Amino acid sequence: MLELLWLIPAIPFASALVLSVFGPRFSRRGVAVMGAGSIAAAAVIAMLVAVGFLRSGSSTYTQVLWKWIRVDGFEPEIGLHLDALSLVMVLVVTFVGFFIHLYSTEFMAEDEDYSRFFAYMNLFVGSMITLLLADNLLLLYLGWEGVGLCSYLLIGFWYRDPENGLAARKAFIVTRVGDTAMSIALLLLFTRLGTLNIQELMQRASQNWPVGSSVATLAAFLLLGGAVGKSAQLPLQVWLPDAMAGPTPTSALIHAATMVTAGVYLIARTHVLFQLAPAAQLAVAVVGAATLLLAGCSALVQYDLKRALAYSTISQIGYMFLALGVGAWTAAIFHFLTHAFFKALLFLCAGVVIEALGGEHDIFRMGGLRHRLPLTFWAFFLAGCSMSGLPLITAGYFSKDLIIWGALAAEHGHAALWWAGAAGAVLTALYTFRLIFVVFFGDIRTPVIRTPGLAMTIPLAVLGIGAVLAGYLKNPLISYLTSALPPTDTRQRGFMTEDMSRAALAFAFAIGVYFAYLLYRRSPELAERVVATTGGRKVRAWWFSDWGFDWLYDRAFVRPFVWIANINRGDFIDGFYSGIARAADSLYRDLSLTETGRVRWYAAAILAGTVVFAALALWL
Amino acid sequence: MLLAAILFTLGLIGLIARRNLVFVLMSLEIMLNAAGVAFIAAGARWGQPDGQIMFLFILAMAAAEVSVGLALVLQLYHRFKTLDDEAPSEMRG
Repeated sequence: MLELLWLIPAIPFASALVLSVFGPRFSRRGVAVMGAGSIAAAAVIAMLVAVGFLRSGSSTYTQVLWKWIRVDGFEPEIGLHLDALSLVMVLVVTFVGFFIHLYSTEFMAEDEDYSRFFAYMNLFVGSMITLLLADNLLLLYLGWEGVGLCSYLLIGFWYRDPENGLAARKAFIVTRVGDTAMSIALLLLFTRLGTLNIQELMQRASQNWPVGSSVATLAAFLLLGGAVGKSAQLPLQVWLPDAMAGPTPTSALIHAATMVTAGVYLIARTHVLFQLAPAAQLAVAVVGAATLLLAGCSALVQYDLKRALAYSTISQIGYMFLALGVGAWTAAIFHFLTHAFFKALLFLCAGVVIEALGGEHDIFRMGGLRHRLPLTFWAFFLAGCSMSGLPLITAGYFSKDLIIWGALAAEHGHAALWWAGAAGAVLTALYTFRLIFVVFFGDIRTPVIRTPGLAMTIPLAVLGIGAVLAGYLKNPLISYLTSALPPTDTRQRGFMTEDMSRAALAFAFAIGVYFAYLLYRRSPELAERVVATTGGRKVRAWWFSDWGFDWLYDRAFVRPFVWIANINRGDFIDGFYSGIARAADSLYRDLSLTETGRVRWYAAAILAGTVVFAALALWL
Repeated sequence: MLLAAILFTLGLIGLIARRNLVFVLMSLEIMLNAAGVAFIAAGARWGQPDGQIMFLFILAMAAAEVSVGLALVLQLYHRFKTLDDEAPSEMRG
């Protein structure tokens, strides 16, 4: 059954190809069956492969399909590499991806570009699976750029609105900054170690480079640059909130299964390199901690439902980076698993809510939806509890607990990182329950005009169950992942024990929920009073604009670029070449005047020419 | 040799000065013959048969040229009802 591995990326690709070529001729039903069915098939095959892989008992399986290029020692293969890490990621991507596709069949039912949407979505999933299963960095990079392209296509899906095109370009360009760093890392690794095969690369790196060597540090920092761009971490997080311009299932796919987790995967995949570069690993942890706090604050003041969720994703990916940075590798992947469930669910619920209210995004115009959309409410509530870490029951609690304990006790843990994680937990609970209270409680402000059908409610129910129960996979999953990732080596630092950390996390959840209840349910005037002060208003505006990053980048990069472009509007280098063209043109015009059509003039000209040349030949 | 040069110059002047196409053709023939005379004279001067062979070639070419040229002149006359060589000058670039 392991031989079926290649079908997992191949089926979505094939379906994307068929849909993009013949899609418009299919009926809507055919497109839906094809689009969602291909991902379902990929998920089933992934499951078969997983069964086969677990039965075989080995820790890795490599399938080389063919040699890609052969140039003087550079011989990357189209090869797939399966181990515990990629297996878990592929299973999550295909399963969550399938439910998002199922949801989309109904969500996009009215859209005129139905087949185009599914072609992009399938391509997206196919690229992500390629990225996950690639056995060399070049193939990984292909998948990496593939998801970048698909995110561009899907964010700008409703291309008739120029705003969406702008958001799509922003996502593409900002992630490209990271991608450039990553491609430099690839070149560096290849020139230094002579291969791009990930397993060999890691082996050679640990043999050739001592811990803390400058090359390893540089390579790790460059890879981190790529990961930061794709995973929307500081300082390249600005594209993700704008990416909300795309259809809601796209947001769910970008945030839960594909795209933003690629950076986390990249760092986990090349963990050997990061272990050789403690400085880069520390940077991962610091980036994660800073991002989770900053994005948490920004999420707190958004009034667009989807933007608030986007900031929450940035914050949760920050947790994963924090875990990777301190050396709690398995905890990061576990958080990825739980995050995939609850974040996909949150976005799908947001999609239901926005559809139900006729396209309303402003949470302060929603309200009282608890009774109108009960299933959506419960799904959102469960996902929200999971994200903010309702103790002992939800999946998010278990994964976050591991990360926060790891932030203190793992190899590179530090008390400051623990405090950042704990403060982030308070923020998470606060902004999540703010959304829940504002959207689902209180008075009805906008009437419900549409209720979701079966294809939209089934994914909500299934993912809701997953968002809660995935936590019970913790122990088997963590022990299984250690076959591909180093185990988390924890030791107690200071007085804090693991139980105390857990209690603190539960306490953080309680504080967050209490304040959310106080400020947005019991006495909203309190929040208004805080915001009404000058300082409150300024902080609110600052957080709302994502800590001014967009402003900064606009001043630092966009405007100088536009300024230079304006100066060079005439393109002075091109002026030289157009000058040559103009000279040739005028010469042609002058010479064409001599062509009078009078034969005797021609004869005279020939005579004169002959005389001149004969004279030249005679006297020179 | 002098005869050849005089003949060639006469032909050239005729070619440039005359407007009648038949005279232009005749001038051309004179120039060809001048070239022929030059070849013969050169052959006699250096005692080589090549000059006479070249003259036969020129003769053959002149015959071909005249037949084509006269056909063209006939066509132009049909078209423009004149033998003026300025008449078809609308064919300019």
